[in-house]
Amino acid sequence: MRNIWTICRKELKSYFASPIAYLLLAMYATIFGFFFWNAVGYFVNISMQSTMMGRSFPMDVNEMIIRPLLMNTSVIGLFLIPLISMRLFAEEKRTGTIELLMTSPVRDMEVIMGKWLAALILYSCLLGISLLDMGFLFAYGKPDWRPMLVGYLGLLLQAGGLLAIGALISTTTRNQIIAGAVTFGVCLLLWVFEWVAGYETATWATVMGYMSVVRHYEPFSKGVMDSKDAVYFLSLIFLGIFLTSRSLESLRWRA
Amino acid sequence: MIRVENLTKRYDRNVAVNDISFEVGKGQIVGFLGPNGAGKTTTMRILTCFMPPTAGKASVAAFDVLEQPLEVKRRIGYLPETPPLYPEMEVHEYLTFVARLKGVPNAELRRRVAEVSERCAIADVSKKLISKLSKGYRQRVGLAQAILHNPDVLILDEPTAGLDPKQIHETRQLIRSLAGEHTIILSTHILPEVEQTCDHVIIISKGRIVAQDTVDNLTSRLRGQEAVLVTVGGAGADEIRGALQSVQGVSRVTLRDSRNGLHSFEVESSPGQNVRAPLARRVVENGWPLHELRSIAMSLEEVFLELTASEKGGEAEAKGERQ
Repeated sequence: MRNIWTICRKELKSYFASPIAYLLLAMYATIFGFFFWNAVGYFVNISMQSTMMGRSFPMDVNEMIIRPLLMNTSVIGLFLIPLISMRLFAEEKRTGTIELLMTSPVRDMEVIMGKWLAALILYSCLLGISLLDMGFLFAYGKPDWRPMLVGYLGLLLQAGGLLAIGALISTTTRNQIIAGAVTFGVCLLLWVFEWVAGYETATWATVMGYMSVVRHYEPFSKGVMDSKDAVYFLSLIFLGIFLTSRSLESLRWRA
Repeated sequence: MIRVENLTKRYDRNVAVNDISFEVGKGQIVGFLGPNGAGKTTTMRILTCFMPPTAGKASVAAFDVLEQPLEVKRRIGYLPETPPLYPEMEVHEYLTFVARLKGVPNAELRRRVAEVSERCAIADVSKKLISKLSKGYRQRVGLAQAILHNPDVLILDEPTAGLDPKQIHETRQLIRSLAGEHTIILSTHILPEVEQTCDHVIIISKGRIVAQDTVDNLTSRLRGQEAVLVTVGGAGADEIRGALQSVQGVSRVTLRDSRNGLHSFEVESSPGQNVRAPLARRVVENGWPLHELRSIAMSLEEVFLELTASEKGGEAEAKGERQ
């Protein structure tokens, strides 16, 4: 446990000592800010219209602002996660510090967990920024916080799974750019797989649909936590971390 | 302390380390000597559990590198060829991180880091970013990193590579000062380094051990037949050679050089025989002018060249180098 925390702290320090963390935070604040502004603007417009038409029932903030925003956040995640995970192992391989980690009395699994946890914490910081924006909704309206909580939990699960995959890809190269690009490709595929399931009904298309990250995230955005979606993301996390440990092991044998 | 038996490491096609065996006793400093690509780094990486061997056994403090890697790693401090540093960290931050990683208890962290910084003469840069350090400081931070948890065994891969002469001298002093409490293996291709810092030397070439002995023994063994260079004039080469050959104790006389009527001979004699005085007497008796008479000591350098070159062509090793 102590080892995991040692590695995790060092990773976080590296993120925040380099421009990468601040760059991500700034990018995320801008992009999410835009989506938020856009969603609220749209909502205000619609509710004005509906009052003018004489309908006086309240508009649902959860349904009309929070849910689409969470879906957007899920997709933004697909783009930002490769930027977080790409350096995890590639950088250590490039500078040779991997030799320090692998000759220290720590297990490979502890190294992986520490790094994965640090990446997840950085992603949580990004989500924290979106919470600042969401705060305005609570200041000026009365949205239900429970579905939102489930939505954020889903975002963390999704990030956990994709970061584990990203970590795996990062162990295969000493070039961060390659790791990032491949992870981005995989994230994108896991998103668009769903499209096939839209029109094709063959088994393979159904399977591809099941593999889609976005499809499994959608219920979370509505505040619904279905066990099959949770299991999907948890399996992604376990698979990613397990394969990462295998990959590190094979690195030793091939070295 | 360290025991290696029939160790072999094969990469795809080439064999980096081929069936080597050696032992290092507690408190010894052993120099691992060999041309680039001889398999030094590979052997060290196996000992530090960075990579497993293809065949054979290696153990540190009676723990096998394959069976109990964590126990081995706990007892080893390792300085790879390029010090494993995080450029974005400050020196003390880095050392604290490594100390935690190596399992130094929290209560002792601060004290150990301070001690080691003092010892490696890096206390003055402890608040500096590693990326801003000079090569010499980086190397010393690397060394500090290796001794942080006070390991029984230190494995140093070319600890003085790329340093300036003053830094080399300081680093060697530091390594010498670590002897006694630690068992040290250091690799190098610089011969004087071995002569100055090590007790034992293992010469490795193309993945095989070609010699292992104490430094003194190795040099004297090959210096065994004392060689003397004699330059004489005033007679034909053959005549002089005959005269020198007949001196008692001389085993072989070879003509090295003839110019301006002077002939230089390399005279070899059996060990322990001082033939210089009889040689001089013989020359003078014949009335020839004696221009030069000096003993040719065989330095470790020549020993090394002799041993590693005996397997024809010293250049073709590069292939076996780590990937």
